[in-house]
Amino acid sequence: MRRMTSFNVVSLTLGFAFLYIPMLILIIYSFNESKLVTVWAGFSIKWYGELLQNEAFLDAAWVTVKVGFFSSTIATVLGTMAAFVLVRSGRFFGRTLFSGMIYAPLVMPEVITGLSLLLLFISLSVDRGVFTIVLAHATFSMCYVSVVVSSRMATFDQSLEEAAYDLGCTGWDAFKSVTLPIIAPAVISGWLLAFTLSLDDLVIASFTAGPSSTTLPIKIFSSVRLGVSPEINALSTIIIGLVTVGVIVASITSKRALVRRQQETV
Amino acid sequence: MRRLLIAIPYIWLLLLFLVPFGIVLKISLSDYALSIPPYTPQLDLSTGWQGFAEFWSQLDMENYWFLTDDDLYWKAYLSSLQIAALSTFFTLLVGFPIAYGMANAPEHWRPTLMLLIILPFWTSFLIRVYAWIGILSNEGFLNQFLLAIGLISAPIKILNTDIAVYIGITYTYLPFMVLPIYATLEKLDGSLLEAAEDLGCTRLQAFWAVTVPLSKPGVIAGCFLVFIPALGEFVIPSLLGGSDTLMIGKVLWEEFFSNRDWPVASAVAIILLLILVIPIILFQRNEQKQREAGN
Repeated sequence: MRRMTSFNVVSLTLGFAFLYIPMLILIIYSFNESKLVTVWAGFSIKWYGELLQNEAFLDAAWVTVKVGFFSSTIATVLGTMAAFVLVRSGRFFGRTLFSGMIYAPLVMPEVITGLSLLLLFISLSVDRGVFTIVLAHATFSMCYVSVVVSSRMATFDQSLEEAAYDLGCTGWDAFKSVTLPIIAPAVISGWLLAFTLSLDDLVIASFTAGPSSTTLPIKIFSSVRLGVSPEINALSTIIIGLVTVGVIVASITSKRALVRRQQETV
Repeated sequence: MRRLLIAIPYIWLLLLFLVPFGIVLKISLSDYALSIPPYTPQLDLSTGWQGFAEFWSQLDMENYWFLTDDDLYWKAYLSSLQIAALSTFFTLLVGFPIAYGMANAPEHWRPTLMLLIILPFWTSFLIRVYAWIGILSNEGFLNQFLLAIGLISAPIKILNTDIAVYIGITYTYLPFMVLPIYATLEKLDGSLLEAAEDLGCTRLQAFWAVTVPLSKPGVIAGCFLVFIPALGEFVIPSLLGGSDTLMIGKVLWEEFFSNRDWPVASAVAIILLLILVIPIILFQRNEQKQREAGN
């Protein structure tokens, strides 16, 4: 017996207002003429223009996208392998340690992960830059990927793979034509998760970045420390817009895929 | 083939997760020094076993004693625990009614409501924290609003206080609380509530006697998912908190970047981990119990 009471309506309205009003204010005031962020002085898109001419932000954005792309790709490959190991490999020497190392980074405070990786890079005297941020991001996001992929693999009908072997597939063929298409949605969402985690990360990137490899969050953080600025509002609006479009497109495509699969099985 | 499959992620994690960890532990036992890198002793393997023995003999617990001596550190640990615990409580207070409302909403609304809860989670964390600076500052929107409705006569200071940190944590971690609670409430068998009401319970009594106990696993999971990351939080206290807001993540950051005292920063990290081990183990037990109950 589920009833939508007025209490439910009120709590949902207030809850979503709490979640969305801060972002709405940010978006509205990014179109504010005035430099004072809290006083409305008329509509303008000049801050977007200034943002697009700000070399430092554009460079940082490019570094961030590069880091995100490479780290999430590495993380997806490693994380999918790790998911196979967790779900399929049964017992092997050091399994407990392995699964511990997969789950620990999920709960590890970022300051500790960042500190430990920085100390590693220093003791190996690796020059810090894009490369070290990619390594750091790939390491923590592979754990998220492996959790996403292994939960899909746990519900996977293994007889399909066995059928492929019986029909003469080699291991790689069976993986390519049977396993991969089945786990593909999980692998893709793993990649997306890894990509967003990387774009979003401030703390670990701050520890592992070099002087020439400022990412967008590092740049935003250092300018936000000085206070609110309309340029950052404009940048935030762009990011929020991109994420919203991305999430809506992803949810519609996955819904369509689900409907298609249901029709096929019927 | 199988060996290779195991070896690649295994070696990666050993090198980039476990070894760095050992290095933190090692440096936490070293001493601060005015050198590059700024700690001593340095392990010099060229002198062979003797070099190692000498290195080993110079490691000590001094930094840990220092942490217990200087009350800045234990105050920071205590205040992190307090801020994390209180924020978790506030998140529960805000999150439970939302999850409850979602579970009671008509079925065709629920995917959209889910999407609306998850969407902020995909949006940059930093931006969501930043949004509150403009709201909570002295000239900010909250003060403007409160002045306009005449509730206050002069702006109140919220930004750069602990209250701002509570608001920030509650806001950014809300999805982590709502989703697990919603998951348990959605599975809740409605006929149990009907039975309770048939047996003479009022709706409120039925809520306390049926809904609350059955949502416990979700509530516990949500609390841990908020509490654990909140404890080591750095961004929120440094952007919304004041200079007197003590949180251990911030202390660690400053110890490392401003004071350049790597050994003490490492010791701070090790103790933080030891504190975190307890809630993490409790969390895993809760998850395991739930999985067993599910089977």
